[in-house]
Amino acid sequence: MSNLLIRNGRVVDPSQSLDQGMDILIEDGMIARVDEKIEANEDVPVLDAAGLVVAPGFIDIHVHLREPGYEYKETIATGSAAAVAGGFTAVCCMPNTKPVNDDPSITRFIMERGAAVGLARIYPIGAVSKGEKGEELAEIGEMVRQGAVAVSDDGRPVMNAELMRRALEYSRSFEIPVAAHEEDLNLSAGGSMHEGPVATRIGIRGIPSAAEEVMVARDILLAELTGGHLHLCHLSTKGSLDLVRMAKRKGLNVTCEVTPHHFTLSDEDLAASNYNPNWKMNPPLRPKSDVEAVLNAIYDGTADAIVTDHAPHHQDEKDLDFSEAPFGIAGLETAVSLALDRLVGQRVIGLSQLVRLMSTRPAELYHLPGGTLRVGSPADLTLLDLRSRVTVDPSAFRSKSRNTPFAGMTLRGRPAATIVGGKVVWEAEQGSPS
Amino acid sequence: MPVEAADTLAAKDLVGIARLTPGEIQLILDTAEEFLEIARRPIKKVPTLRGRTVVNLFMEPSTRTRFSFEVAEKRLSADTLNFSASGSSVSKGETLIDTARNLMAMAPDFIVMRHPDSGAPHRLAALVPASIINGGDGINEHPTQALLDAFTMRKHLGHLDGLKVVIAGDIRHSRVARSNAFLLTKMGAEVRFAAPASLMPVAVDAIGVTPFYRLEPALEDADVVMMLRIQRERQGNMNFPSVREYFDFFGLTPERLKAAAPHALVMHPGPINRGVEIDSRVADGRRSVILEQVTNGVAIRMAVLYLLAGGHGE
Repeated sequence: MSNLLIRNGRVVDPSQSLDQGMDILIEDGMIARVDEKIEANEDVPVLDAAGLVVAPGFIDIHVHLREPGYEYKETIATGSAAAVAGGFTAVCCMPNTKPVNDDPSITRFIMERGAAVGLARIYPIGAVSKGEKGEELAEIGEMVRQGAVAVSDDGRPVMNAELMRRALEYSRSFEIPVAAHEEDLNLSAGGSMHEGPVATRIGIRGIPSAAEEVMVARDILLAELTGGHLHLCHLSTKGSLDLVRMAKRKGLNVTCEVTPHHFTLSDEDLAASNYNPNWKMNPPLRPKSDVEAVLNAIYDGTADAIVTDHAPHHQDEKDLDFSEAPFGIAGLETAVSLALDRLVGQRVIGLSQLVRLMSTRPAELYHLPGGTLRVGSPADLTLLDLRSRVTVDPSAFRSKSRNTPFAGMTLRGRPAATIVGGKVVWEAEQGSPS
Repeated sequence: MPVEAADTLAAKDLVGIARLTPGEIQLILDTAEEFLEIARRPIKKVPTLRGRTVVNLFMEPSTRTRFSFEVAEKRLSADTLNFSASGSSVSKGETLIDTARNLMAMAPDFIVMRHPDSGAPHRLAALVPASIINGGDGINEHPTQALLDAFTMRKHLGHLDGLKVVIAGDIRHSRVARSNAFLLTKMGAEVRFAAPASLMPVAVDAIGVTPFYRLEPALEDADVVMMLRIQRERQGNMNFPSVREYFDFFGLTPERLKAAAPHALVMHPGPINRGVEIDSRVADGRRSVILEQVTNGVAIRMAVLYLLAGGHGE
């Protein structure tokens, strides 16, 4: 079972510094051989990857799957389908469900649901604090025992510095990162977009860059104090990324991630949307200078990972008043095309660096299997078609939700197939070559 | 240099000054002159909008703006319907889009709307065939207020270009300040915002305004001093310490007003807070045109309705 021979692809695997035409033989769901020309038994199915890139499976370490509790937005089944259709073989889901994943029984439920669905690998992220209330530590060790790969109070920042200090300390015993959504809730209160000239022009209450940056600065100091692994979520400002640069120069255990929407769109795009809540996310779209700073962090390696922050919401919620509509966009089914078009296509980085940011490094940061095509690794692969153009069509999303600012955008490059454990779990329809 | 009036308004809606050209602003102001004359007749009604339906959709409490629109509508012989509700779409359990669909089932020609959310009229305007007139949206715009203010300034001072206009008070939360800034800068006036920085939006230079953090220097040679209402509920809310301290440093007193030009007008969109942002001697003084603003508001709103109904400038 789960044998497969992938022929004639361009294998790009930064973990082995590979970028060349090769064949890959999968046996029993594991990588069995990687070689220039492989002949296999006739009963092994063959996938012809001529013209395609073959990479270790992409891993999105920041998604919201909404189950349990918000199944009207997304479920583990629809989120898994969206993940594999977006080229992801594994996703890490944030704990802000209902109930919050602050308890090993919830962690176990998510693991079991993910396995039963059997598309992408689902790795739960546990809460830092009970109920994400920021008051007392959740049972981190018990959640890790059930499969949690990190802890985070994502969406509800840990405002209490003492609690954050203890979380960074305590998590060291389990060798997991504390993933921090950085936002000072007092500074951001009432805001719906970035505070700056554009917000002043269009009359929307703002969220200053400092709301993110003061917390990034605080937590870097706490990482230095404690030696814990601080992973900074979806950084969006030049100031935050400069602080990470400084922390890395000091050799601190600090890593960070950025999102496709922050490297593609600015607050000017929000202004042009006629107050459309599909442009509303947290952190908000920032000025063009910050978009440049995010691109620069991708280029110079300050950013460790690209994540979607996939945040599905129901249309009825996005039809609310701009100030009341929830933050977030569905990101799983647009991220790879945005990255190929805006990063590789615009020559910000090469393909190998992209694979590092979307597969190899995410696996390293959260200590996940995968991120490599080394012999003996799980056969999780993402195949990419660099030439086809796609026009983003939310009505074709596998996700339950359609909240995207990218509808109608034409992008060059897309996922071609997604293989998990040697099984082809998703394949693109015939593309339209440019 | 005078701006030449446009022939018509290009859009079906008036959602904000930001989307008007100087020629369109001129057209509305010129048209309002004619409607002002109607208010002086013994019978103040013309048949211009007979058979047309106007819905006044007020999702935020309002007395004077709603009355002003209603008077304008009735003087134009329109049929008017009032729909008032306050609170968020969440607490009402109905989204703006659903409210709009319900209203459209009654086929109104105009929807005058006030809404607590910035951009709500802009979103609605894109969804319904009726003409939307913004009567105030969140902290964003209040275009008819800015038009009546400009109309009042022009009546007294003869022109808008080159005027030095001070707007003082809680600028950060003021749609009146923003619409006035858009309008006056488009028409060539110089706009000064005066407030403590805690009540000032960031980067006001982006909308062509000069910020002043004390009232006195802003008042130097000013042609117009427009005071905004200070919301008492904002005191102690980290914006400013107390009403007493606010009046001490930012209240418009006769002494402070001496720095302005001798012909300077004193304006206020109302309702005024005596002894908070303005001294009664100034509010009731000879330079005050506060009540005239109210009269002019009806003429401006008649002009807007007339022009959006397809009327042309003369």
